[in-house]
Amino acid sequence: MPAGLKLRNPFAMECGVYKTTYEQDMALHPTPLSRLRLAAMLAVFVLFPLMADPYYVSVANLIAIAAIGAIGLNLLTGFTGQISIGHGAFIGVGAYTSGYLTSQLGVPFWVALPLAGIAAAVVGALFGLPSLRLKGLYLAMATLAAQVIIEFTMYHWTAVTGGSRGLLLTSPSLGGFVFNSEIRYYYLFLALTAAAFIFAQNLTRTRVGRAFMAIRDRDLAAEVTGIELFHYKIMAFAVSSFYAGVAGTLWGHYLTVISPEHFTISTSVEYLAMIIIGGLGNVTGSIFGAAFMTLIPILLRGLSKAMTGVFPNIETVINALREFTFGATIIIFLIFEPEGLAKMWKNIKDYFRLWPFSY
Amino acid sequence: MTPPAGQLVVEKLILHFGGLTALSGVNLEARPGEILAVIGPNGAGKTSLLNCISGLYHPNSGTITFGQKDITKMPAPTRARLGIARTFQNIELFRHMTVLENLMLGRHIHLKTGVLAGGLYWRWAQSEEVQHRRVVEEIIDFLEIERIRKKTVGTLAYGLQKRVELGRALALEPKLLLLDEPMAGMNTEEKEDMARFILDINEERGVTVILIEHDMGVVMDISDRVAVLDFGRKIAEGKPEEVKENPEVIKAYLGGKDLQLTVV
Ligand SMILES: Nc1ncnc2c1ncn2[C@@H]1O[C@H](COP(=O)(O)OP(=O)(O)OP(=O)(O)O)[C@@H](O)[C@H]1O
Ligand SMILES: [Mg+2]
Repeated sequence: MPAGLKLRNPFAMECGVYKTTYEQDMALHPTPLSRLRLAAMLAVFVLFPLMADPYYVSVANLIAIAAIGAIGLNLLTGFTGQISIGHGAFIGVGAYTSGYLTSQLGVPFWVALPLAGIAAAVVGALFGLPSLRLKGLYLAMATLAAQVIIEFTMYHWTAVTGGSRGLLLTSPSLGGFVFNSEIRYYYLFLALTAAAFIFAQNLTRTRVGRAFMAIRDRDLAAEVTGIELFHYKIMAFAVSSFYAGVAGTLWGHYLTVISPEHFTISTSVEYLAMIIIGGLGNVTGSIFGAAFMTLIPILLRGLSKAMTGVFPNIETVINALREFTFGATIIIFLIFEPEGLAKMWKNIKDYFRLWPFSY
Repeated sequence: MTPPAGQLVVEKLILHFGGLTALSGVNLEARPGEILAVIGPNGAGKTSLLNCISGLYHPNSGTITFGQKDITKMPAPTRARLGIARTFQNIELFRHMTVLENLMLGRHIHLKTGVLAGGLYWRWAQSEEVQHRRVVEEIIDFLEIERIRKKTVGTLAYGLQKRVELGRALALEPKLLLLDEPMAGMNTEEKEDMARFILDINEERGVTVILIEHDMGVVMDISDRVAVLDFGRKIAEGKPEEVKENPEVIKAYLGGKDLQLTVV
């Protein structure tokens, strides 16, 4: 072979990509292919609402809100190994804080949004205190208690929460620009979800995120490497609940009405399902999980509508199936793909990475 | 006169587990810059002693002094910050993370990036990562594990995992390194590599090493002094050749039906 002829095959998509600096090696999108994929995805996300029916845009909006909450829960449960059955309630804390601040005190949405995140973070950190002593199932029980206590507060602190009637919220506005259509919400949510995603990606590849994972994997070893367990567990609860608070705020201002039944234990369980199905300890997976859990009931509803002509009682059957499907899907994932949709996505990427020599 | 940095003094250490006495009044000194081997039959209390030094167990009485500081009551992470690092008898790596991530975690105490800076990945968060990545790469070179740096540690062979765990401890830049059976379960070649690493760490970086090891050949070869534990008591201490001849030591090992000593 003549000198200078590189062994690089021009048809293979990613062979012989050499990295010369640590910056390149640590980049989230180190190769031309991954940058191309990122650009294509961004283009799809930006163009999507211009082409899609508003109904689908509204579905995307729900997915975006759920994705933020799921990324947050994944930071706590997937990355730090601390289970929370209280996330439904932490989301509620965000929604009510922002609702109260904007409707009762006239605070602008843009100020209320971070404040609601902080309020949820404080409450989450507080209910995370038992994680110093409790692990696994016992911690789950403690966070379940958080869920119950916060739900109780939502019903009974009527001066702030409006009790079971709930609160009315307004659409956010910027100058004279009001976010009052699906498409406007879409771009707001897209930006915030992207920010939430990037923040989590960065956090999990730097000092604090690594400490989270160390605690999840081996807490004894984490301690002797200098990681104060308590400090980082509480931090994980706080960061995670901040995400929950932001998700709750967006949810409230999007639906413009909130009441306690939006923030029940079944919400908590749905979020847990999202991160299990999407992939524990995987930021991208949280988004897949959020999409999956949002789409399943919609698909089931569509199915039942389509079939009522033929089977008049199908509606009730499929409604019952809804819970069943959730449960069954979680179990199927736990057994067959414990790393979730994120792992499947990785397999697909790996297949194409060396395509056409993917053996 | 101030005692040098790597010095560890353990005095009258007593540790009970319910009715069981794991350590009954152990005195031990690791002199700065030496390799001190701690040997003894199974269940003698070697690991318990190491756990007390690194802060995972809290003794019922006695004191532990490191440098000039009384560290007896300090939590484990604070001791790590003082420069005490360790490996475990049963490997305690962060299984789901890569070799690189494990070593970067070893540098945890030297990093500063918090939640905000890390999440935003501001310029200096990145430069901190790069700067410490360099240190970690040096350790990777030293331990000859270049080819596995991006592998998830859970997938690695046992001998390599032991090496990575040593690397993680090294990344902390310890003054005192506690090694709990670093060569257990290894073949001869792997043991020789490990022994070489330990000697290099001790000589080139001046790290004080406390080494628990069952393989007497290794102990005799690389340690400056040997302390022998039996039933939670120190029954002998001294140069390797002296300890080997000590009748009480021979009795302890023969009594425990552990004939490794006679192989030497
Ligand atoms: N966490 C614990 N709880 C109860 N007993 C313990 C605990 N840790 C150690 N022990 C007991 O203390 C005694 C000393 O154990 P240790 O692990 O320190 O021995 P060792 O010298 O390291 O033995 P080996 O050579 O088998 O590793 C043993 O009887 C052991 O069962
Ligand atoms: Mg032991």
